Amino acid sequence: MKRIVTATVHNRSGVLNRVTGLLAKRQFNIESISVGRTETEGVSKMTFVVEVEDDRKLEQLTKQLNKQIDVLKVSDITDKAIVARELAMVKVISNPQIRSEIQGIIEPFRASIIDVSKESVTVQVTGKSDKVDALIDLLRPYGIKELARTGLTAFTRGHQPQVAEFKSYSLLK
Amino acid sequence: MKAQASAEQETATKTGADLLVEALIGQGVETLFGYPGGAVLPIYDAIYRAEGSFDHILPRHEQGAIHAAEGYARVSGKAGVVIGTSGPGATNLVTGIADAMMDSIPLVIFTGQVAKGVIGTDAFQESDIMGITTPITKHNYQVQEIEDLPRIVNEAFHIATTGRPGPVVVDIPKDISSTVYAKEVKSDFHLPGYQPTVKPNPLQVSKLHDALVEAKKPVVLAGSGVIHAGASEELKTFVQNYQLPVTTTLLGLGSYPGTCDLSLGMAGMHGTYSANTALYECDLLINIGSRFDDRLTGNLKHFAPNAMVAHIDIDPAEIGKNIPTHIPIVSDAKAALEALNAKTVKGLHHKGWMDAISQNKIDYPLWHDQPDELIVPQWLMQKVYEYTSGEAVVTTDVGQHQMWAAQYYQFDRPNRWVTSGGLGTMGYGFPAAIGAQLADMDSTCVAVVGDGGFQMTLQELSVLQERRLPVKVLIVNNQALGMVRQWQEKFYSERYSESIIDVQPDFVKLAESYQVPGYKIETQEELLEVLPKVLGDDQPAVIDCRVLQKENVYPMIAPGKGLHEMIGVKR
Ligand SMILES: Cc1ncc(C[n+]2csc(CCOP(=O)(O)OP(=O)(O)O)c2C)c(N)n1
Ligand SMILES: [Mg+2]
Repeated sequence: MKRIVTATVHNRSGVLNRVTGLLAKRQFNIESISVGRTETEGVSKMTFVVEVEDDRKLEQLTKQLNKQIDVLKVSDITDKAIVARELAMVKVISNPQIRSEIQGIIEPFRASIIDVSKESVTVQVTGKSDKVDALIDLLRPYGIKELARTGLTAFTRGHQPQVAEFKSYSLLK
Repeated sequence: MKAQASAEQETATKTGADLLVEALIGQGVETLFGYPGGAVLPIYDAIYRAEGSFDHILPRHEQGAIHAAEGYARVSGKAGVVIGTSGPGATNLVTGIADAMMDSIPLVIFTGQVAKGVIGTDAFQESDIMGITTPITKHNYQVQEIEDLPRIVNEAFHIATTGRPGPVVVDIPKDISSTVYAKEVKSDFHLPGYQPTVKPNPLQVSKLHDALVEAKKPVVLAGSGVIHAGASEELKTFVQNYQLPVTTTLLGLGSYPGTCDLSLGMAGMHGTYSANTALYECDLLINIGSRFDDRLTGNLKHFAPNAMVAHIDIDPAEIGKNIPTHIPIVSDAKAALEALNAKTVKGLHHKGWMDAISQNKIDYPLWHDQPDELIVPQWLMQKVYEYTSGEAVVTTDVGQHQMWAAQYYQFDRPNRWVTSGGLGTMGYGFPAAIGAQLADMDSTCVAVVGDGGFQMTLQELSVLQERRLPVKVLIVNNQALGMVRQWQEKFYSERYSESIIDVQPDFVKLAESYQVPGYKIETQEELLEVLPKVLGDDQPAVIDCRVLQKENVYPMIAPGKGLHEMIGVKR
């Protein structure tokens, strides 16, 4: 199952190495990681998309992350009300004739063309990962020269519905 | 007033290395295990100038330093402190760091590093020790600013010794240790990401109490967590209150008195029949401070199949890692046991179980052959136990002799047993004994080593020569890498590939060249004459004790098998 796990960490040198090394050593399958600063000075946030077998594996992952001295807080936010976004840039082969065709394809995705040359256009798209996937699939027939994705970043919405049962990390589950 | 004035003057001329020395003194460090080199010259200069502040042990290889520090930590309960230079000095420490990580040994390791300005340029004796040690440390630091040094040292000791103990590396660039720093430095710290849970959840404690009262077949598995927590007395009370049988892990030996009626001895791959059977058949398993290592559990599919599992551990990540757990108690073992001991116990339901277990102990004791003249290693261990009245500090190397020592030396107290469990590091036993002896100069310290493993770190005989430390090195000499040979006998149709070693040094002469008395024992008669004398005197010794080559460690659980599938239970 795919899970979205976030960790706030002390922004010290080596912390990224420690966290990714730990996930690799314990054979967790990481689909993406994104890291960046937060509103608090010296604190960064990591967002992982991981593929885990079952709840026990997932619990191990959060516990192992929590054990790191520079990790301040770990949350599995998969089942919460969240906003999650990823950015992708796609360089597509195109001549002036099909450029407008591409324009038509990307429009419903609210993507934009951010670079144009004689043989190609570069499309920027932001959204949930499945939306990004869908656009890439549509562009593929034209020929993708280059593709770069940032990986997902996410946090919980300001308002969490009360009824939903959250599957959050708990020792006493 | 005068003292204050001179203290102020000192501030003016302090180097980073002086700050380090001060911080170490502040931590109450008395013994250092280290080896000098270019990148730690400033540190060694500060140690020299702080004459009388530390007892510095100079091994002949960095691996010797770190295993000695592990032995010291294990016996003293304090952090072992290690210093190594950059590059090869630091990489020579790696095995010991990994060993300490596996066995939760508190160590603080200071490595020199090339100057900050040249880090990353492949400078002379530069190695990325942060990268190398990240997966094998509880935490590691590279000091970036001189004013951070005292705080980092204090954090390192705090992290190494609290919660689940472990090794912490502090990498110090040479310019930081050599720079003069005159300003005030802050040494207090705050670690918001590190707040170990030490007190148990009362609800879970009550759950366990209820389960204990209900249980028909309860058993306690005690690991080294009990020893780290200093909870042996509490364990005794707990076991007495609820009348529980106790088995221990390899590292948990001594957490509960081995000679007590309720003790089943060690469990696991070479554990006793009664211990493994109890784990297999129990309906309530109370694991206190053990991590359900695979050498203990055997095939997980068959481990305690009918049991409700309670697990007390200070490391939440160990709970549920290998074995699904019904009653998780994240806590220091001592605090959890105290909470349990506060409960009133009446109406237990497992008398029949206790009878069956006692009968197993009688029907299936450890066994071995006894030839007429030559020595079997099991008998040798019994004699060592006898001649030291069970009071010695025993360290071991890794292999058959380690298992025999674990089986036959019965520890009635904690912190007397020093062995490499998780990593299984050959070469550990002898240097560990040096540290163990330094931590307890009043006890007899016996290093039980194999002829193979001793040759990995025997250069530390120099330390015995220099210090006249009365460590007794007992080589259980089967002229083989015995444990490897045993597996080849059992699982590879006796194809002894590279495991029989005919060529050996003359261990007696070798010892004598280090001015350590050497003895060779080949028969039972010689043993009875020599061993009590040598173990009883106050001199170091190397005892080359020849034992039957083809003895096997039994009972045994073959790889992939469950605890109910022991072989060699009876002759
Ligand atoms: C550093 C290291 N290398 C290899 C091994 C694998 N190994 C485990 S036991 C053993 C044999 C040890 O022989 P010896 O020291 O003579 O002890 P014995 O088993 O004969 O008692 C070996 C090679 C190890 N544990 N550690
Ligand atoms: Mg041997």
